[in-house]
Amino acid sequence: MNADPRGVLTGSHFLDGDHAAAEGALAAGANFSAGYPITPSTEVVERLAGRFPFTGGTFIQMEDELAASIAIQGAVWGGSKALTVTSGPGFSLMMEHLGYGIMTETPFVLVDVQRGGPSTGLPTMPAQADMMQARWGSHGDYEIIALAPSSPQECFDLMIRAFNLSEKYRTPVLLMMDECVGHMLERVVIPSPDKIQIEPRRYTKKGPGEQYWPYSLEECNDGDLVPPLTKVGEGHFPHITGLTHDERGYPAMNAKSQAVLLGRLVDKIRKNADDIITIEEDGTDNADVVVVSYGITARVCQPAIAKARAEGRKVGFLRLVTVWPFPEKRIRELAGRVSAFVVPEMNLGQIVREVERCSQGRPKVRGVTHAGGAVHDPEEIYNAIREVMG
Amino acid sequence: MSESYEATVTDPVSAPMTCDSNPVEDWLRMDRMPHIWCPGCGIGTSVNCFTRAIEESSLDRKNIAIVSGIGCTGRVAGYLLLDSFHTTHGRALPFATGLKLASPKTKVVVYSGDGDLFAIGGNHFIHAARRNLDMTVLCVNNFNYGMTGGQVAPTTPEFAIASTTPYGSVERPFNLPYLAQSCGAVYVARWTVYHVKQLQRSIREALEKPGFTFIEMVAPCPTLFVRRNRLGDGLAALESYEENAVIKNGADTRECDLGMGGPIVCGKFVDIDRPSYLSNQVAHLRKVLGDRYVMPDAWQGVVE
Repeated sequence: MNADPRGVLTGSHFLDGDHAAAEGALAAGANFSAGYPITPSTEVVERLAGRFPFTGGTFIQMEDELAASIAIQGAVWGGSKALTVTSGPGFSLMMEHLGYGIMTETPFVLVDVQRGGPSTGLPTMPAQADMMQARWGSHGDYEIIALAPSSPQECFDLMIRAFNLSEKYRTPVLLMMDECVGHMLERVVIPSPDKIQIEPRRYTKKGPGEQYWPYSLEECNDGDLVPPLTKVGEGHFPHITGLTHDERGYPAMNAKSQAVLLGRLVDKIRKNADDIITIEEDGTDNADVVVVSYGITARVCQPAIAKARAEGRKVGFLRLVTVWPFPEKRIRELAGRVSAFVVPEMNLGQIVREVERCSQGRPKVRGVTHAGGAVHDPEEIYNAIREVMG
Repeated sequence: MSESYEATVTDPVSAPMTCDSNPVEDWLRMDRMPHIWCPGCGIGTSVNCFTRAIEESSLDRKNIAIVSGIGCTGRVAGYLLLDSFHTTHGRALPFATGLKLASPKTKVVVYSGDGDLFAIGGNHFIHAARRNLDMTVLCVNNFNYGMTGGQVAPTTPEFAIASTTPYGSVERPFNLPYLAQSCGAVYVARWTVYHVKQLQRSIREALEKPGFTFIEMVAPCPTLFVRRNRLGDGLAALESYEENAVIKNGADTRECDLGMGGPIVCGKFVDIDRPSYLSNQVAHLRKVLGDRYVMPDAWQGVVE
């Protein structure tokens, strides 16, 4: 399906990542957002508040992040495409409702423009230190989809991708920005609506009064683990709960129902990992060392890699566009033939743990940490490459 | 249906005490029975009043959504054959806010307990009332947290016993009608579950009135609050409601505090008109943006 032209600001623009993300949401067909002000993410909802009255959308500023992150889910069950946007402390407050969205299979996009933490931390300065919170921050077991843009253009592109994945897999999707990409101004090209592919929401084909169960796979093809949605007012009378439930949506609190439900929730992501995961590689085919990075840090790596290559070193580069689910298959393949991974990230060691896990002790894994507040000095990354190459 | 607030008294000797089916079962998910509520609990009575009120009202079942939080009253959504949402603890109101904004044709009813709406959800309540988005909030006040074992709530009367105030609570409880009125609710009433006819009529009025409407439904928790405070059983609690109720429509809500064994002022206290969030929004955006304003598709023909 092509994008609805109402939301698409076709043209070449000079935008920061926050505004580009807002335009991505509009192009994706988002027509509802609820938010609560927090630096450095607020510009996203400020732009939506200004643009929605011209595109048939609604923005409401709620009383806190708890409210914002559940208001969007009410809106989804009312038939909207919805997002909320926050940063560090607000991301912590939204964790319960991330879990509610996963459990009730409510599609929406949650943007975290990462800043330094913990607690109030560095409100106006960057970090990539919420990456493990993105994976594990809500209680209980689940799989999550998280994308990490490296530029304002990608804030636009990956916002659309995030919405498409959320609809396809009927689950919340995280867009893990950081203060740098959020506030960096660059050229952003917005294509015409006919060049933007939108994943339509899959609604049940059942008519009013027909028996519809919100978690039944009856209308799915073999192997498809994503039940079709409904919305209010259709005469389906769904019951939606965050309790462990059966396919009717009714509470079913026992070990068997828990195993069946969680098994499906996790499998619908794990079994489709190849479809969800996007990575970018450069020079990995004959590399000795592969630098693995994401977000703004993936760009900061480039001078270091160029310098090492200029010295004749075989340095490959792998960028995680999708961070979760983690591309473990590809990292395992590479682990079988490279001598080391270097993992620069703006935190004290998060994604490096995943690379270590997938490496299973074979190549060396060297994290290049940074506590946040500024991007790395590329020299630190270059030194790490030299160190692992001996 | 009687327009009077007087309850109809049926002769208990000649009237049958049982019937073949539940008279409101059309509105219930019968495949979820039996429900979890204790014998003597007042929540079921309130649901009975609610279902009869919607039956009497002009509302189309397809266009009613019920949103609950967590707790004993939070389970109401799961038993009603409506579009029904059992949300997170305290957050029924913000969920309902998003739902209403996305689907204004839907009558959104928030049905939850005193702890859910006024402790963990208190912040959402004051803002929802302030915004005056069209929705009806039905609060079962049983003076404690039932689901978790009878802990002190923001409604627990002064000096009452709860599991976390074993020697008596010393906090001043909320006066819910006064709170709702202060925050901007356009309709505020309180009834006990003894006053079934009055409650049913009041729920219907609240459902049919635009704006943020609120009803406190005083109900016994015989297993915890009533037992711990040595108030007898569920029936004894209803008898005390009959005895202590002071029906005073239009009462000053500042004088509606509830204390242990004191009067329970009941009635319709507030019934005013104030522009709702949706109509205000549309009127204002039309004024400042003129023809450039694009109303959301789902608002067309619903919001004027």
